[in-house]
Amino acid sequence: MLELLARLELGPMFRALMRNKIGALLIALQIALTLTIMVNAIFMMQERSQQMARASGLDETNTFYLSNTIFAQNYNVKTALQQDLQRIRQIPGVVDVTQINAIPLSGGGWSMSLQTKAGDDIEGTGSAVYMVDEHGIDALGLELIAGENFQSPDIGWREIGSTKWPAKTIITKALAEAMFEGDWKSALGKTVYIDNHQPMQITGIINTLQAPWNGWNGVERSMLVPQQLDGKGSRFFIRTEPGRRDELMPVIEKMLAESDRGRIIRKVTSMEQTRDESYQEHQATNTILLTVIIVLTLITGFGIVGLAMFSINRRTRQIGTRRALGASQWQVMRYFMLENLLISFAGVVLGAAGAVGLNIWLVSTFSMSPLSPVLLVIGVIALLIVGQLAVSYPALVASKISPATATRGRA
Amino acid sequence: MFSYYLKLAWLSCKRTWGMTLLMVCAIGLGIGASMTTITVNYLMSANPIPHKSEQLYFVQLDAWQPNDSFNDDGDAPTQLTYRDATYLWQAQKAKRQSIQSGMSAVIEPADKEVLPFMVQGRANSADFFPMFDVPFLYGSGWDHQADLKKERVIVINAELNERLFGGKDSTGQTVRMAGEDYKITGVIDRWNPKPKFYDISTGAFNDVEEVFVPFSLITEQKFSRSGNTNCWKPTESGFQAFLDSECIWVQLWVELPTAQDKEAYFSFMNAYAKEQHQYGRFARTDNNKLRDVMQWLEYAEVVSDDASMMMAMSLMFLLVCLLNTLGLLLAKFLGKAAEIGVRQALGASRNDLFIQHLIESGCIGLAGGLLGLILALLGLEAIKVMYGDWIRDLAQLDFTLVAMAISLAVVSALLAGLYPTWRACQVQPSVQLKSQ
Repeated sequence: MLELLARLELGPMFRALMRNKIGALLIALQIALTLTIMVNAIFMMQERSQQMARASGLDETNTFYLSNTIFAQNYNVKTALQQDLQRIRQIPGVVDVTQINAIPLSGGGWSMSLQTKAGDDIEGTGSAVYMVDEHGIDALGLELIAGENFQSPDIGWREIGSTKWPAKTIITKALAEAMFEGDWKSALGKTVYIDNHQPMQITGIINTLQAPWNGWNGVERSMLVPQQLDGKGSRFFIRTEPGRRDELMPVIEKMLAESDRGRIIRKVTSMEQTRDESYQEHQATNTILLTVIIVLTLITGFGIVGLAMFSINRRTRQIGTRRALGASQWQVMRYFMLENLLISFAGVVLGAAGAVGLNIWLVSTFSMSPLSPVLLVIGVIALLIVGQLAVSYPALVASKISPATATRGRA
Repeated sequence: MFSYYLKLAWLSCKRTWGMTLLMVCAIGLGIGASMTTITVNYLMSANPIPHKSEQLYFVQLDAWQPNDSFNDDGDAPTQLTYRDATYLWQAQKAKRQSIQSGMSAVIEPADKEVLPFMVQGRANSADFFPMFDVPFLYGSGWDHQADLKKERVIVINAELNERLFGGKDSTGQTVRMAGEDYKITGVIDRWNPKPKFYDISTGAFNDVEEVFVPFSLITEQKFSRSGNTNCWKPTESGFQAFLDSECIWVQLWVELPTAQDKEAYFSFMNAYAKEQHQYGRFARTDNNKLRDVMQWLEYAEVVSDDASMMMAMSLMFLLVCLLNTLGLLLAKFLGKAAEIGVRQALGASRNDLFIQHLIESGCIGLAGGLLGLILALLGLEAIKVMYGDWIRDLAQLDFTLVAMAISLAVVSALLAGLYPTWRACQVQPSVQLKSQ
């Protein structure tokens, strides 16, 4: 072992480094800071990517929605709504349509608290509320995994300002798990209480349906309520046959706008667009972080190249002498590669501590979650490789220095 | 002498052009990244109404449920119930007070060929306009009487005036909105405070509303409310029950010119809370808040976490770039040992050499700063594309920021150049000359 260390010339290398402390220290510090930033930036990106990867539960590629705002006086909202839904359903290519009060991931919606017992002072579980009719599950493209869908007699009208809730509800698996200690199957048929006292029976469970708020920690908790809104502003959620969405969006908008002049049709938006808008900031932040990581690594890499070139220039005569005394090209190259490894190693040790420190600060200031150690290890290895790659060109140049240099007066 | 040093710096940079380029790029990238994030943070935390931000106060009363506070940090709710807000407004205890909420409605243009359209608006009381120094192109706001009499009056913004009246003075004319005729009292000139401090509940950087109508009309239920509504207590059905409920959805700003006025108003608020406590409301009577504009914006954290996180990251990035420059400058100056020896032997003092090398560092910093400025402009453009419309006004360099970018770059480069310069001046001429 000792013999191996001696053969690697670590002793002389270390003594040489001590003669140029500042240069080595600067590289080590750069590597340390780069690791600190890189690991935390990658971690932030991962968190966002995981959030963005969560399924909404909807058939996103084939669905869109629009706003229907009525302004005419003495307008019969109920009749008009039924007529509109009928007309849309008759259009070839439309799978189904429902009136709905809020759109998943859109940022705006209703939420209510559900309790397993009635009473004023009982802690509830927050849930997003979607008011739909018996076509809701089909129009949204949801997967019913237990119980049954609403039937048309279940659907009631909700007057403006009403606080009455219907007798049935269909909830997501995540909401069922949150309310019944992780056992979602047991939720079917149970009665839960909304608005502290009003009972609702769980008649169905759907696999996934996200709430309108992507940053909410209960985003997987939603409930379907069999009600149609008797108001002057409503939304229609429409699902088409695969590949026909873009063609049908303008058709349906035009049909609705022309069939009735007492209202305006606005915000015809596809679900895919809503997802993009919902995560626009996440996406942008990730792009910026990625750019920072790449540029940072490049800067550090070029810095290593620059400083190594300089130190090799200064040591040309020494290198020539070593070569003249019998050192092979490979030995010279190895010397510089190892020197960089030594410096980088000091850098990554410092950087690992820095990364954890920065993470602790980020966790306490911005409510981020703690860093995973695997990422730290990957970051360390990646930076060591970057260091070796960066130094390999100067080291190659050094190895090409001719032994004859030693005999010349000055390089 | 200065121009001679400049010339020397130029020659020196040209000789080691690779290293110089690397340093300029490093400083440029560091400054570019930092200035991009600093700009967004600076504009997000700007004072939107500097001349009177300390006289305008946002009223917070804690009428939230007894067992649980509204916010995790225990602070008072960010909006008021209708009954509390109208009580405080009607009391008229402040110099000015504006009660408000968001609204939206459909406008039917007089020209039947033009399709009706939706507008986002604000329902507020008369004091809103003088309180927030809203600039008028034509006319003015309405008076207190209009609020009390629930008159159908409206203030529209310049864009809507352009759309409906071709930009002409439309005061006195009517707009058909939500099935009724509203008389225009004024047209607002270009006004877009960032942050939109008077209502940040649905986004601190949204654009100003298109129409303004008296808040008292809310009870007529002709147009729809918009904004956030939070309730904790079950209520009866019907609109009157909603108005009487514990749901919070109304905001109240008051103008209090002096510290005494503020004290007096705060006591008045607390007295009201105590009185209500006797009727079984206001479980926490001492949790009311009266924050001025900047206190309120700071409390509400309008500067997004992402923005501050990015700024922290980019400043660390700048630090890496400076370490990089420091290392390269050191290498460069030490590489000139022979030249420095000669100059010393020819009579240059250490002082001269010091200044000469600082000028060289400064030039590199200046070049880096200019590159950084260009990169910051590109960065801000990229941010506008990536983050969308709302950030438009937050991604603009002004004179202060440009000056800041240049000085940050030069100061950083000088700092990075200080140690290498000092080392360069330590060169012993005799040693250098001997080895020649």
